[in-house]
Amino acid sequence: MNVEKQRIKKRKMGKTGYNFTFGLVLTVIMIGLIVLGFFWTPYDTEAMQGSIKLNAPSLAHIFGTDQFGRDVFSRVLAGAGSTFLVAAGTILIGGGIGIIVGSVTGYFGGWLDETLMRINDAVAAFPSVLLALVIITVWGTGKYKVMLALGVAFIPSFARIVRGEFMRCREADYVTSAKLIGVSTPRILFVHILPNILPALLSALTIGFNNAVLAEAGMSYLGIGVQPPDASLGRMLSESQTYLAGGPWCAVFPGLFLVLIVLGAGMLGEGILDRFGGGRS
Amino acid sequence: MKFVLKKIAGLIIALLIVSILAFLAFEVIPGDPARSILGTEATESKVQALREEMGLNRPLPQRYGQWVKDFVTGDMGTSYSYQVPVKEMIGDKLPVTAAMTVMAFLFILLFSIPVSLLSVRYANKFVDKLFLILNQITMSIPPFFIGIIFTVLFGLIFKLFTPGGYVSYTESVGGFLGYLVLPSIAIALPKAAMTTKMLRNSLLDEMHKDYMRTAMSRGNSPWRMLVRHAFRNGILPVITFLGMAIADVIANSIVIEQVFGIPGLGRTLISSISKRDYPVVEAVIVLIAVIILVINVIVDLLYRKLDKRIEI
Repeated sequence: MNVEKQRIKKRKMGKTGYNFTFGLVLTVIMIGLIVLGFFWTPYDTEAMQGSIKLNAPSLAHIFGTDQFGRDVFSRVLAGAGSTFLVAAGTILIGGGIGIIVGSVTGYFGGWLDETLMRINDAVAAFPSVLLALVIITVWGTGKYKVMLALGVAFIPSFARIVRGEFMRCREADYVTSAKLIGVSTPRILFVHILPNILPALLSALTIGFNNAVLAEAGMSYLGIGVQPPDASLGRMLSESQTYLAGGPWCAVFPGLFLVLIVLGAGMLGEGILDRFGGGRS
Repeated sequence: MKFVLKKIAGLIIALLIVSILAFLAFEVIPGDPARSILGTEATESKVQALREEMGLNRPLPQRYGQWVKDFVTGDMGTSYSYQVPVKEMIGDKLPVTAAMTVMAFLFILLFSIPVSLLSVRYANKFVDKLFLILNQITMSIPPFFIGIIFTVLFGLIFKLFTPGGYVSYTESVGGFLGYLVLPSIAIALPKAAMTTKMLRNSLLDEMHKDYMRTAMSRGNSPWRMLVRHAFRNGILPVITFLGMAIADVIANSIVIEQVFGIPGLGRTLISSISKRDYPVVEAVIVLIAVIILVINVIVDLLYRKLDKRIEI
C-alpha cells in the first residue's frame, strides 16, 4: 500500500509539468494568432465574393469560405479578437473590483464582511450568464456592454476567492511584523499580501477568462452579445447553423478555435496552481 | 434540527436579496411601463390613469411588497408584447426545461461515476491517462458547440434524428424524451468531465487512507474496496460541486434550446430580452433563481444526511 501511496503521489505531481508547459505553449500560440488578427488577416473579413460561396477548405482559403464567399479563416481571427477583448475586459473589471472587495472584506472581517458576503452568496447562486442577461436587458447589447455586464456578473466569484486568501494570510507573521513597523494598511494589503496570493489569483483569473470566453460566445450565439459589424465566434457559429449540410467547416473552425483558447487557458491555470501552489492543497 | 432552521433562515435571506435586486434592476430601466404599453400616441391623462391602475404611483417599498405578494400567489404580471399573463406564457415551458435539466443531471452522474471509478482502479495506467486527456478536452468545449457537432454527426450524417423536429410532451412523452437525449448529453458532457476530475482526485485521496489498508487486509477485492469503501467517502466533497453545477446546467440549457429548436424557458427568455418584454424576463429570472437557491439548500441538507461525521 505504501508503494501504491507513493505512486499515487508521484502521479499527482507528475502531471504538473505537462499541464503548465502545454497550456503556456497553446495560450501563446492562440494569443499570437489573435494579435496577428488585429493587424493582418489574409482577406478582408467583410469582402463577399459570389463565385466562391461555401467552398471547402483549400490552400487559398485554409478554413474554407462561408455562404457569402467570405474567408472563414480571416473571420475566425477577427471573431476571436473580439471574443478575446471581451474576455480580457471582463476579467479586468470583475477581477479588479473583486480584488478590492475581497481584500478589504477578508482582511478586516466584521459586519461589512458579513453583509457583503450575504449579498455575494445570493448573487453567486445565480448563474453569472443569467446575471449578465439581466444587465443586458436593462442596458442593451454591444461589445462594450457585454464586457461591462459580464464584468459585473463575475465580481462575486473573484471577491469570494480573494477574500478566502486574505483571511488565510491576515494572521501571518509577515503581516504582523509589517503592522508593527507601521506600514500603512493599503500597502500591507496590496504590496505585502497580494503577491503572496498570486498563484491562487492567477489561476482564478484564467478560470474567469475561460468562463468569460464561453459566456460571450454563448450570448453572441443567442444574438444578444456582440453585434455586427463586430465579428464574433459565437455569432459565426449561429449563422453557420443554417448551412451545416453545405458547409460544416463554417461551424467547425470557429468552434475549434474557441475550444483551443479555452483548453490552453484552462491548462495554464491548472499548471500555475500545480507548479507554484495555491491556497488549496 | 438547528442546522435545518439555520439553512432555511439563510434561504429566506437569500431569496429576499435576490428578489430585491431583481425588482430594483427592472425599476431603474429608463422609460415608463404605462407609456410603453399605450404607445407614444396616448394622451398624458390616459397614461396617468394606467399608472394609477398599475400601482406605479405608490412608493417603492409598497410596490415591492405587492410584487412579492403577487409573485408568490402566482400572478407574475402581463407580457408587454403579447398582452397575456406571464404565468400562461411560461407555464407550459417550465416542464420542458425541467425535464432537460433533470436528464442532463442524470447524464452527468452516468458518465462521471463509471469513468472516475475506472480511472482510479487503473490509476496511472493507460485507461486513466486516456481519460485524463479526453477529460481536459471535453471540459473546454462549450455545450452549444457540442450541440452543433451532434446535429452534424447524428442529424445530417447518420440521420438518427431530425434537427428541429421537436416533439411536444403533450403529443408523445416517449418522442419528447427521445428528442431531449442529445441536447441533454450536450449540456452534460463538459460538466461530467469536471465532475470526473474532482471525483477521481477525491477517490485517489481516499484510496491511501488507513481504513483502506484495513479493508484490504480483510480480503476485500480491489473493486469492492473502491465501490463499497472509498466511493462512499469520496463522493461527499463532489456533492457540493454537483449542487452548484445545477445553476450552470440551467444556464446552458437556455443556449442549447436554441441549438435544437426546443421551445423551453430559455427561448422565451431570449426572445423576451430582444423584445424588451420586462415582466417576462423578470419572472423567468426570478423563477430560475428561486429554483437554484432551493436546490442548493436541499443539497446542503442531503450532504449532512449522508455525511454522519458532521453531526458529531
